This record gives sequence, C-alpha cells and structure tokens, in this order.
Amino acid sequence: MIPELGHFALILALCLATLLTVVPMAGAVRGNTLWMQLCRPLSTGIWVFMVLSFGCLAYAFLHDDFSVTYVSRNSNTMLPVYYKFSAVWGAHEGSLLLWVLILSTWSYAVSLLSRDLPLDILARVLSVMGFVLVGFLAFMLFTSNPFDRLLLNTPTEGADLNPLLQDFGLTVHPPFLYMGYVGFSVAFAFAIAALLTGRLDAAWARWTRPWTNAAWAFLTIGIALGSWWAYYELGWGGWWFWDPVENVSFMPWLVGTALIHSLAVTEKRGVFKSWTVLLAIAAFSLSLLGAFIVRSGVITSVHAFAVDPKRGLVLLALLLVIIGGSLFLYALRAPVVKGSSNYGGYSREIFLLVNNILLVVSTATILLGTLFPLIHEAIYGEANRVSVGPPYFNTLFLPLMAILAFALGISTFSRWKRTSVAYLKEQLWKVLVASVALGILIPLAVTGRFDAGAMLAMTLALWIVFSIARDIWQKTANKPSRIAGLRSLNLSYYGMQLAHFGMAVIITGICMTSHYSIEEDHRMAPGESITIGHYEFVFQGVVERPGPNYVAQSATVEVLRDGAHYLTMHPEKRRYLARGDVQTEADIQVGFFRDLFTALGDPRGDDAWVVRIHVKPFVFWIWLGAFLMAMGGVTAILDRRYRTKRVRDNAPAASPGLQAALEH
Amino acid sequence: MRAIRRQKLMIVLFILLGSAVAVGLVLVAFNQGLNVFFTPSEIAEGRVPAHQNIRIGGMVKDGSLMRDGLEGTRIEFVTTDFNAEIPVAYDGVLPDLFREGQGVVAEGFIDENGVFQARQILAKHDENYMSAEVKNALEAAERKQAEAAGAP
Repeated sequence: MIPELGHFALILALCLATLLTVVPMAGAVRGNTLWMQLCRPLSTGIWVFMVLSFGCLAYAFLHDDFSVTYVSRNSNTMLPVYYKFSAVWGAHEGSLLLWVLILSTWSYAVSLLSRDLPLDILARVLSVMGFVLVGFLAFMLFTSNPFDRLLLNTPTEGADLNPLLQDFGLTVHPPFLYMGYVGFSVAFAFAIAALLTGRLDAAWARWTRPWTNAAWAFLTIGIALGSWWAYYELGWGGWWFWDPVENVSFMPWLVGTALIHSLAVTEKRGVFKSWTVLLAIAAFSLSLLGAFIVRSGVITSVHAFAVDPKRGLVLLALLLVIIGGSLFLYALRAPVVKGSSNYGGYSREIFLLVNNILLVVSTATILLGTLFPLIHEAIYGEANRVSVGPPYFNTLFLPLMAILAFALGISTFSRWKRTSVAYLKEQLWKVLVASVALGILIPLAVTGRFDAGAMLAMTLALWIVFSIARDIWQKTANKPSRIAGLRSLNLSYYGMQLAHFGMAVIITGICMTSHYSIEEDHRMAPGESITIGHYEFVFQGVVERPGPNYVAQSATVEVLRDGAHYLTMHPEKRRYLARGDVQTEADIQVGFFRDLFTALGDPRGDDAWVVRIHVKPFVFWIWLGAFLMAMGGVTAILDRRYRTKRVRDNAPAASPGLQAALEH
Repeated sequence: MRAIRRQKLMIVLFILLGSAVAVGLVLVAFNQGLNVFFTPSEIAEGRVPAHQNIRIGGMVKDGSLMRDGLEGTRIEFVTTDFNAEIPVAYDGVLPDLFREGQGVVAEGFIDENGVFQARQILAKHDENYMSAEVKNALEAAERKQAEAAGAP
C-alpha cells in the first residue's frame, strides 16, 4: 500500500510539473498575473509530493518490504538501520528519486526566497525548472520506477546493499553531489529566463550569484567527500584517479567556478554577458552529461552502476532536448545582449577573463580525455579500444592550474577598468620574493632534497597566501584601527579570500602528499616490523572478528613512535555474508600534518600477509582546502547586498508583466 | 579605427597561437596517457612490440595464481581468452575483486620473455559486472575459434 502511495505521489508530481512548465510561462508571455502567480503554489505542491514519495521508499526500506523490486535488490534484513535508510539512494532508481527530490527542493527554495524578484522573471525561472522536472519525472516513471513490485514471488531476503556503499562517506556523498549538480539548474533557469526576456542586467547577475555560489559550495563538498571516500574505502591510499565518473563531477565544478567569476564581472561592470549565460548553460549541461555517463555505463569506469543501454538512450534524448534547446535559444537571442563598457589591459576584467579561459580550457581537455575512448571506439570499432590514463590529465591539467594560481596572485591587487603596471609591480615584488624564497627553502629544509615540482607548487601556494595577506593589510591600512578596517570589509570579499586561501591549502596538500608520501607494501609475518621515519609498524597477526553483517579478518598493527607505543591499528578484510563480497577496510590515523594509513592485502602463507603501510604528509589539507572553498562560497552568499531590495533599479526596463507585478 | 583593427588582429593571433600550443600539448599528453587495449590472442600473435605501454584484458586462468614461495609481494598468474594464454607478473596488493576464473584488466608492458609486467591491476567495483573490454576480448576469441573449427 505504502509503495503505491509513493508511486501515486510521483505521478501527481509529474502532473503538477507539467502545469508548472506551461501555465506560468504562458502567463508571462501574455501578461496574465494570475497564471504567473500559480508558479509558487505549484512548486510547493511538487516538493510536497516528492517528499511524500521519498518517504514512502524510505519506509519500504526500513520495513524490509522485499516485494518492492528495488528494495529487494539493495537491502537485507541484516543491514544496519542507518544503511537501510541510505540504501534508498544506493542504486539507480533511488538515486534518481533523490535527484528529482533535490531538483524540486531547489525550485521550492527559489519560490520561497525570491520575494524581491519580479513576478514575470520568477514565473519563467520556475517554468524552466518545471520543464527539467517533467523530463526527469517522466524518465523515472517510464524507465526506472523505484516502486515496481515483485508481488507474485516476493523474496524472503534481499540481495543486500553493495558493501562499498555501506559507509558514512558514501551515505552523504550523493546528496551533496546532487545538491551541486541540480543546483546549477537554478543558474540555468535564470539564464534561460534572461534570454527569453532579453533582460540581462546587473540585477539579473545579482539574483543568480547566491544560487550559483550555493550550488557550487555543495558540489565542492560533494566532490571532496567522494575523493575522501575513495581514499579510505578503496584501500589504495589514492584520493583522485581521473576516473570518468570523477571527471564528470569535476567538469561542472570547473565551469561553475568560471561562472561564479564571470557573474562577478557581469554584475559589477555589465560586460561578458552572453559569455556568462553560456557558462550557466554549460555548467548545467555538464551536470546532465555527468548523470548520463554515470547512469548509462557508456564509458568503462571503476564505478559501474546501472548499465542499461535503453535507459541511457532515453537519458541521451532528454539531454539533447535540454542542451540543444537552450543552445538554440542562445544562438537566437545572445546577439541581442550587448556589453556596454570599456576596460584596459591589466584590469580586473582581464584577469577574470584569464581565469575563465583557463578553467574552460581545463574542462575541455578533461572532456576530451574522458570522451576520447568513446570517440575512438566509434571510429575504429569495438575491437580497438583505448583508455586514457592519469598521465594525460596530469600533463595538461597541472600546468593550467599553475598558471591559474599565478594569475590569481596578481589579480588580487587588480582594479576594475584599469590597473597601472607600476602599482602592480609595487604591490607584488615583495610577495614574489618572499614566496619564491620560502617556496624553495621549506621543501629543502624539511627533506634535504632538491625537488623542482614540489618547490614550484609550494611557491605558488605561498604566492596566493601572501597576496591575500598583503591585500587585506592594504585594505585596512587607512582605517582608524586594523579591527575597524577588518569590519569595514564586506562578506563577499571575505568569502572570495577564504575560497582562494582554500585553493592554496589544496595546492599545499596535493604537492606535499604526492611528492613526500612514503608507501610500503610488504609481506609481513607476525612480529615483523617496518620503520618509516619516526614510526615503526609492528605486524602482530590476523584474527577473525564477526561484525553485524560481515566476518572480518582483522589485523593488529602496533605503531611505535621513536620506540614508544603510539597507537594500535586494525586494518581489515571483510567478507559480507549476503553477497559474499570481500571488502578491504583500511585503518587510517588522521593527523593535521600527516596520515598513517594501513590496509590489509592478501594472505601469503605461514600467517604472513601483504600489508600496505603509507605515511602521507598533509593529505588532510586536500579536503580541508575544499571545505574552506565551500565555506568561502557560503560566506559570500551571506553578504548583505543580496538581501536588500533592488527592484526599483530596473523599473525603466520593466516588461508589462513586471509592471503588473509592481502595481500589486 | 586602425588601433581597433590592430587590437583585433592581435587577439586573433593570440587565439591562433594559444590553440597551436594547446593542440601540441594535447598530442604530447595523449602520447603519454593513451593505452591501447589488447587481448591475449593479439599479444600471442606478436602484434605488440615489447615495452610498449598497453592494457590487457581476459580471464584469470583457474589454478594459475602463484603467490606463495615468490619473493616479497610478487605474484604471478595467467590471463586467457580461452584461445591464447599470457603470463602476467605483478608486484603489489591485489584488488578485492581479483579472483581466479574472473575477468581482469591490467596495465603494463610485455617484456622480452613474453611476460606481461603489470604496473596496475584494475579493480572493478561490482562483482556481477564484467568490463566491456574483457567481454569483447572473449567474444573475439570465440569467433576466432569458431572460424578455426569451421575451416578444414
């Protein structure tokens, strides 16, 4: 009964979404205020039904209702309760339900938080989101309904959730990632609304910015969680593999980052308008492409989820309609939108343009590397397969990011319109000297080795940090006191600097961990030990230990620091009972300056096992930096100016619908 | 107007130069990162020169995995497409889903003795899932055997 209720709620949501697509849009075109005003209650209605539907599926999981096909495939009576709940989005159908729930949450949030938005714009924005909702709801109902039943032969026991997903990181990773992916639909809908009305002004950019920042912050956290999960759960000690599924989440992030920066120019200076619109379309299109690649299984990846060509085809059609339609509209309307100001050679506009070019080129190279195996196969046939490995991505991506980090330092001091070269030189030479000197000295002092790559990365990280520090110092110099100076800076400035500081932290983390990690894989018999730096790892053997739904081969590794007991680690190999899958469970002692990582390999006779022991300096900083970036995005949203009413600014350009809205 | 035209020319030249550098870099990067996939049969036919970076895919032959008695963390096994067999040597920790009688994809090169020296054994997350590469390799080998049987 409950699953049918969920199914029914989905159908109702689809009906309401169809109304949302048609009625407010028609109202906006014909100037009918009543029709436009329907957009808010319709968004609310869709959200309520989606929450209901999601609740029904969760109920089916928590009550082990194996008559529902999806539940029987992804749950088990032995599964701990919290994983029963997270199993709701553990596979294709349920994660699609989560995707649509989040999409409806964003449109509900837009309808709630847009009191100062002209009604005709709001109606168009929500109609566009309604259209996307229709597409995904129809896709779910017709090809991947999570509520399908197995009433005739209901299994007594479920097949269990994939053991890799029985983990906290993967419980929270998809919701954050989807919040990010789907959040770009708001910027997309704003862009489409702007193209339809031809009104792309500073107000438009100001409305779009907080939504884009929010989506970007979620996506940042989502990607970081995924990388963190890969680090501790896959047992390899790596945190990024350039795997197609990672790449497709990274591409919308890069374009979203470019979008945040070009929105700043569009808001402050009224230029790059059509470019900004294109980026908004691209960010959401790449999110959809990500969904398509992950869900269709067209690319061989280590993450093979639902591989079903039929679903892939439907998703591809949906993708083509949304991307093709928006690009067509863009081609028709973009020439109408013109920029209207001048800027010189070293202006902030130019530096933000450099940022945009670098980010877009990085995205293009990643896209090429990710899709190349597909293109190659299409040309040369199935027998001639190729794969593109990490060296390709590193060769292209790292130099681009180095240039980006260098430009970031300079642009910190740049001004709108024009910056004098003499001023930039005066500001930067001390920063340059300090960062180069320390960037070379620190790695040399710590390791005693000369390593050009590590030194360059360290220099770039310090270059960003010193630029930020000097800029804040400069900006507070003429105030009565430093404290008063710090108070006078607004939150979007702090948000920007926090995110940039996060980038320096990530660079430091990546540089230190990839250059100075010590990785030892050894065959160890009980009593044998390995010494890495100050740490001595003593292997004390493996015992069997039962868990709630698995049996573990649990190793004991005692760690001595300078000869004294420091801690005991228990890396495990778990055998999950329901499926018989074996899963490595690494044991990691997380530290601010270094992680100790142990994982158990395979048995090698005479009680000896292969043990993987890594000491990874600064690896924690990679995720810390990502967190700081996301916090930067959130801080910028809190800036006061996004909450002040500015509707009157646009009165002269108002359309009939807007005037109608103002009269009320 | 002349100044504007010159500015435009500079922009065009800049874009051309940038694209040329980008294409060059992409080619260099592809040279380093591109791995062509081969089946055990193709390697047995001698189509792959020694020391070229490739990927190989097939099934792990039952009973072929050797780890006891080898030095340190070394292992050896045989990969097969049921038409040809290629010995594989690897030094390191095997992924969780590596098993005899299951599909495997490895990255590395063929040494002078015809042994595939694997740098990396790829993990597949889902046990029910056989990589499309391995599946194709097996199908190709099957076709070849059928042809051989059909020919007198």
